[in-house]
Amino acid sequence: MTSIDDYERSPSIGQPSPALTEKLKSLWETKPGFIGWLGSVDHKEIGLRYIVTAFAFLVIGGIEALIFRVQLAWSNMRLLTPEQYDQLFTMHGMTMIFLYAGPILSGFSNYLWPLLLGSRDMALPRLNALSYWIFLCAGLFLYSSFLMGFGPNAGWFNYVPLAARAYNNGPNIDIYSLGMILLGISTTVGAINFIVTFLRLRCPGMSINRVPILIWGTLTANAANIFAIPSVSLAFLLLWMDRNLGTHFFDTTAGGSAMLWQHLFWMFGHPWVYAIVLPAMGMVSDGLPVFCRRPLVGYTAVALATVATMVLGFGVWVHHMFATGLPTISLSFFSAASIIITVPSSVAVFAWLATIWTGRPVFTTPFLFFVSFILLFTIGGVSGFMTGSVPVDWQLTDTYFVVAHLHYVLIGINVFPVAGAIYFWFPKFTGKLMDERLGRWNFWTMFIGFNLGFFPMHISGLLGMPRRIYTYPDSMGWDWLNLITTIGSFLFGFGVLLLIYNVIRSVRHGPTAPANPWDAPTLEWTTSSPPPPYNFAVIPVVASRHPLWEERLNQSEGSRSQIETGLLLDHGKEALGTTTLDAEPNIILKMPDDTLVPLYLALSMTVVATGLGLVNWWVVAVGGALTATCILAWLWPEARLGETAAPATGEPRHG
Amino acid sequence: MRAVQVAILSTVFLWSNARAAPLQYLTGAGDKATPVVFLTWGLIIISISVILIIGLLLAGAIWRRPGEDWTPGARTALKSHEGGLNWLWIGVGISTLVLLFSVVWTVKVLAEIQAPTPKPAVTIEITGRQWWWQVRYLSDDNARQFVTANEIHIPVGAPVRLKLVGGDVIHSFWVPQLAGKMDAIPGQINETWFEASAPGVYRGQCTEYCGLQHAHMSFLVVAQPASEFRRWWDRQLAPPAPPTGRAQAGQTGFQMRCGSCHTVRGTEAAGALGPDLSHLMQRATIAAGQLPNNGPVLAHWISDPQSMKPGALMPTPSLTETELANIHAYLKTLD
Repeated sequence: MTSIDDYERSPSIGQPSPALTEKLKSLWETKPGFIGWLGSVDHKEIGLRYIVTAFAFLVIGGIEALIFRVQLAWSNMRLLTPEQYDQLFTMHGMTMIFLYAGPILSGFSNYLWPLLLGSRDMALPRLNALSYWIFLCAGLFLYSSFLMGFGPNAGWFNYVPLAARAYNNGPNIDIYSLGMILLGISTTVGAINFIVTFLRLRCPGMSINRVPILIWGTLTANAANIFAIPSVSLAFLLLWMDRNLGTHFFDTTAGGSAMLWQHLFWMFGHPWVYAIVLPAMGMVSDGLPVFCRRPLVGYTAVALATVATMVLGFGVWVHHMFATGLPTISLSFFSAASIIITVPSSVAVFAWLATIWTGRPVFTTPFLFFVSFILLFTIGGVSGFMTGSVPVDWQLTDTYFVVAHLHYVLIGINVFPVAGAIYFWFPKFTGKLMDERLGRWNFWTMFIGFNLGFFPMHISGLLGMPRRIYTYPDSMGWDWLNLITTIGSFLFGFGVLLLIYNVIRSVRHGPTAPANPWDAPTLEWTTSSPPPPYNFAVIPVVASRHPLWEERLNQSEGSRSQIETGLLLDHGKEALGTTTLDAEPNIILKMPDDTLVPLYLALSMTVVATGLGLVNWWVVAVGGALTATCILAWLWPEARLGETAAPATGEPRHG
Repeated sequence: MRAVQVAILSTVFLWSNARAAPLQYLTGAGDKATPVVFLTWGLIIISISVILIIGLLLAGAIWRRPGEDWTPGARTALKSHEGGLNWLWIGVGISTLVLLFSVVWTVKVLAEIQAPTPKPAVTIEITGRQWWWQVRYLSDDNARQFVTANEIHIPVGAPVRLKLVGGDVIHSFWVPQLAGKMDAIPGQINETWFEASAPGVYRGQCTEYCGLQHAHMSFLVVAQPASEFRRWWDRQLAPPAPPTGRAQAGQTGFQMRCGSCHTVRGTEAAGALGPDLSHLMQRATIAAGQLPNNGPVLAHWISDPQSMKPGALMPTPSLTETELANIHAYLKTLD
């Protein structure tokens, strides 16, 4: 029974002792066995699950792409039927954008945030587990129809009326709609968790101008998600209603609007593009300086640029719709905004350049990935700048030029930093070092394969090759370019295989990693590799952006971070809450234990979605009842969490 | 010296190949396309310059002063100085100027080509359908209006006004040599214009994904001198020649089996679901630019369209050999 004074105590300051770490371990460790594994709310466990699951989707989406790259390798190929091609390219887009690019970054952030912030967990661990389980369920739900042969086939952007019942009669689009709504719930609860964690769970001293850039990237992305996701969830709900309940939101024959879909979709879609690159840019901003042996140049500018990109990112969605016949005045506005959004990106590029230029770069595999990212980001950036210009975009849009652009953006700014981040944080995740030599091979195959595959797409686009065509005649001048693209994409795929191989090999046979193998400056490297379940035995106090470099950067002795000595929090599972701006200690938080309720809740919601997919109200009712039960169980007040407070016992329990 | 020669020759070779690509837009023909061609090249040059500059700076930064080889434990010392902010001021400053310049140029070109059609020589209503284009020539004189499909004739050197309609799903109308894209969206009419400065045949293509046969939804724009265009239009209005012999039986068969979807003006075939086939033999292609319009291909197409364009809305007709041959003979009279 927890008494009120347990919250009001002032925790004492001390150093870790074997007794303390033993106690913390028993409090925080995930229970053994399969059930224990299912019930874990440990952010590290959840983060790794996110990473592994998202990576599996990357591989699946990649295989889909390689299949249709064979179809496109030369004119008039007949490997795939048009229907197969349409489902494959739709699944490829959906998989990569929704099931890989966002979740993989959630995975890294989930794992890293509490470690970077000097906290014991995310603010809402059960919500964190829920977010993962719904993501997994939504992913499987979205794939269920594809595996049965009627996958979504109207493109990931799913324009109406092509996606309406009149032109798409199967269950394909219903499953897509419901799966996306489900996935939206996962993203939303995850976003809330990141925001609350940022606001309250930074360790003492970590004022907002000391958090790593990754935190800024993820925070900005998730704040944007809170505003962007409702738009797309609404769009898919309205579409599902149009298709199944006879409403006419998008039905132009009954007063509905085809443009409404595009606006709702892209009001979400464009901010989402930034949401799936900003955290990755953050990982580079934090990882790159380690290998340049100096702090990042222009921390404040980069942090502000991150936020500015996102704010502007809400004002450019119409650049996906330049050819829809909008008035010239609004085209001018959105064109200018789409070009000007390049300014904050250039801030980041020059900050990275200056960091390398003024530093002493050491050529490790993560460094190679991070550096090549800068070049790919630039190429993807300038092609984006070109499509931002309306008259030019009227030619470029819906050609392979845009395919080249978006792959330079998404692979260049997401996959390359993620690969670098895997090499960089792998020792922390697993306690093993990855193979550097294999890493070089891995990097160069991916880099050469990627550019060989995707650069020629710029040219096939300038030669007029439209997107989403399942074949093309031989007189168009595109054959050789497409053959090169196909060869390059297979080489790139091979590079990704090398990465997987290196990971598996290093998990098994890699040399043991020390706590801080890269001599990096941030808090996650103060913990053992892998970190203990409670992350930090005592809560550290930080005094700068690079706590582990302070001595060598000549920070005066009195104002250095304290890692070894800190607040003792061991009256049960506890974390420290701090104030929002300055991170002054302010509350003791009782953290929930492992629980299966998030898993059950995710499954119950999937039952609802399945019922709606079958338009079977009985299944919906059962799922709804299960969902309500799970929520009730979740919210049932627990004494241990202080939700039903016992009166003060009078015995001081100050430890 | 040799290397320079090889470089020049291969550039010329690649460029001539690129120009031969029917849908390329690195050159243009007409007042709507030309200002955009300049802007496109301008932005390409800016973009390539940016990539080169950043690439060189990056290479310089990496190899200027590398640290020692990395082995865990043996570490390159930290750099403590806080410099480097000048990079941001200068780099971002120059970038912003270039971006602003590009915005101004963009808006200027936009104003130039977005003005309403200057004195259109003809107005054409184009409806995108799965997966072909219906083309209606509008005229104040009702008797001079007519409908055709997949081949648009225009007078050379004169602005042509286009009204774009989405007949079922969204399509996008694109003739890269003449103008950028404009969507054909159900429930709205998008107006645009283009002009061909030189006579010739320009290829066009649907560029908004519209379902199974999106790949095979192209069309031709034939720009011809005004007098020739006038003759073409007059001919479209002429009634079909009365068929004789086998073609006569073919006409009966056509009206029964094909007439509920297809129209041949001046006959009982008046369907509106498929392309209007009046004066079909005047067209260079069938199946929306996919196939050449010649005897054997046409015969194959009417007997088995699904094998040539899987998913097309034209069903495989259950016709006897004789019926097919008759209908084929009839179609060939539609000149």
